[in-house]
Amino acid sequence: MTTAMDSILLDSTVSDNPTRLAARVGPVEGLRQTFSLAWRTLVQIRHNPLELIDFSVQPVMFLLLFTFVFGGAIGGSPKAYLMFALPGIIVQNSLFTTLNTATGLSTDLKEGFFDRLRALPIARFAPLSGRMLADLAKQTWAIAMLLGIGYILGFRIGTGPLGVLGATALVLVSTLAISWALVLVAMLAANPEKVQIFGFVVLFPITFTSDAFVPTASMPGWLQGWSKANPVSCICDAVRGLLVSGPVARPVVESLLYAVAFTVVFAPLAVRAFKRRV
Amino acid sequence: MTYSILAEGLVKRFGDTVALDGIDLAVRTGSVFGLLGPNGAGKTTAVRILATLLRPDGGHAAVCGHDVVTRAHQVRQLTGLTGQYASVDDTLTGLENLILIGRLTGQSRAQSRARARDLLAAFRLTEAADRAAKTYSGGMRRRLDLAASLVSRPRVLYLDEPTTGLDPRSRNEMWDVVRGLTSTGVTVLLTTQYLEEADQLASDIAVIDHGMVIATGTPEELKARTGALTIAVRPADPADVPAVTAAVARFTRVEPEVHNTTVTAPVSDEDVMPAVVARLQEAGVRVAELTLRGASLDEVFLSLTGHRTEEDASTDERSVAA
Repeated sequence: MTTAMDSILLDSTVSDNPTRLAARVGPVEGLRQTFSLAWRTLVQIRHNPLELIDFSVQPVMFLLLFTFVFGGAIGGSPKAYLMFALPGIIVQNSLFTTLNTATGLSTDLKEGFFDRLRALPIARFAPLSGRMLADLAKQTWAIAMLLGIGYILGFRIGTGPLGVLGATALVLVSTLAISWALVLVAMLAANPEKVQIFGFVVLFPITFTSDAFVPTASMPGWLQGWSKANPVSCICDAVRGLLVSGPVARPVVESLLYAVAFTVVFAPLAVRAFKRRV
Repeated sequence: MTYSILAEGLVKRFGDTVALDGIDLAVRTGSVFGLLGPNGAGKTTAVRILATLLRPDGGHAAVCGHDVVTRAHQVRQLTGLTGQYASVDDTLTGLENLILIGRLTGQSRAQSRARARDLLAAFRLTEAADRAAKTYSGGMRRRLDLAASLVSRPRVLYLDEPTTGLDPRSRNEMWDVVRGLTSTGVTVLLTTQYLEEADQLASDIAVIDHGMVIATGTPEELKARTGALTIAVRPADPADVPAVTAAVARFTRVEPEVHNTTVTAPVSDEDVMPAVVARLQEAGVRVAELTLRGASLDEVFLSLTGHRTEEDASTDERSVAA
């Protein structure tokens, strides 16, 4: 073994010449490292296809349950309800996917993998941005899948390709903004289980008090005020407008304002906690 | 003589806990330096500062002339870290873990793949290359972890308790690997709570306790410094242990240690031996075993710190470092 070790280290050791050392990480390198770390998260799917099912089954289950169990009662018929609910399910699923970002980060922190990454000469933001990028890719997959299965069940896009692109982009931008809040939770929580619990306790009620699954008008008055202001409602309205029909400009602007607000408030806090924790 | 690691007066506090209380270190280029101490002594904290994972609250440290705080990025290009807990991605295969590190440190796809294959071969992991790391045994995980820290060809390698929790066979394997590394010119800073490990691997040792360096030197120097010799007496009849203890104590002027029925004490004067023998004959104690031997590092540690290394084993160093 020693001979192998000799050849592996001797012929290739870096020079001690300090001029060969980079002083900082360039932006291109930082981006490249982000992609490498996103690859790390996504490559798991390749040899563990169960993982793909893992994050594909839940949205499909929601879609089928809501359409066929609640659809008749809420929307008159499953098909009519599907036209209303599919955009909501897309938004709900993307929101819940942000939990992956948070629990994944928390796991890396707990398992010591973050130490390995931080001891490397890589951009400080890369472990964070890599995971966020990977989860955006997963979300894009989930949106495509929901639209595909929705089509089979009778969902019809009322706008066009631009509408679909716009809706996808809006969902990604919005959930990216909201995921900053979950990154903050991941940095403050002791372990991935706590992140999971906290995430559900907050994300569940926020999603279900929006108009993702039922029209706001059917809620009691005191809840309607909140539901209308709920950022999830704004995103759902915008996605409905972009995919099916209805007003677009106002909910899109509201959604983007919320995205800006979430980013302005939570991104600095999350990055600060991230720097402190790691 | 050149030094790859120089630290001066490093201080680190976590709340009210002082993890490092001003330690100095000088690690010669190409040597294996052993940082020896019990759990909670501050070893991991020191390594984390030298690996740029923690900022010191006081003092300075430089690796190959680069300050670990102001030139952290340069330091990271020169160092590799293998932590106390193997830090590889469980869900990735061994090969993917190494490719990831290679890609992150600027290697091309082909370079990183070739490098990963070479390292897996050198660490006898080729057969497990395409298995997820979570299926690896403890020893295999440590080897993969060590391989990961070598991907970027570091000049300085930190091994933080590389054999803690390993079975004796895996530990011996790990020792062979470390010995292999030293012949290649890599500077190794090794932390350990096992005196035998420091004795086996390190050419220089700093003994650290409660965040302070309490002794430095080669293993031989450290053994020679503290009385150097140990007298051990085992009476044929266990009932004679108190008599033997009294006799040994009288001439060594220290409180002897009693382990099973063997009484041991550090000795600074070789004349103690015949005096003890005479005293025991007088008292009519029959002796089964009587030896005068060089002190083990264990005994060195005891005489330096006043406690054994295992004593604080219940305190978890990680909670201090967190």
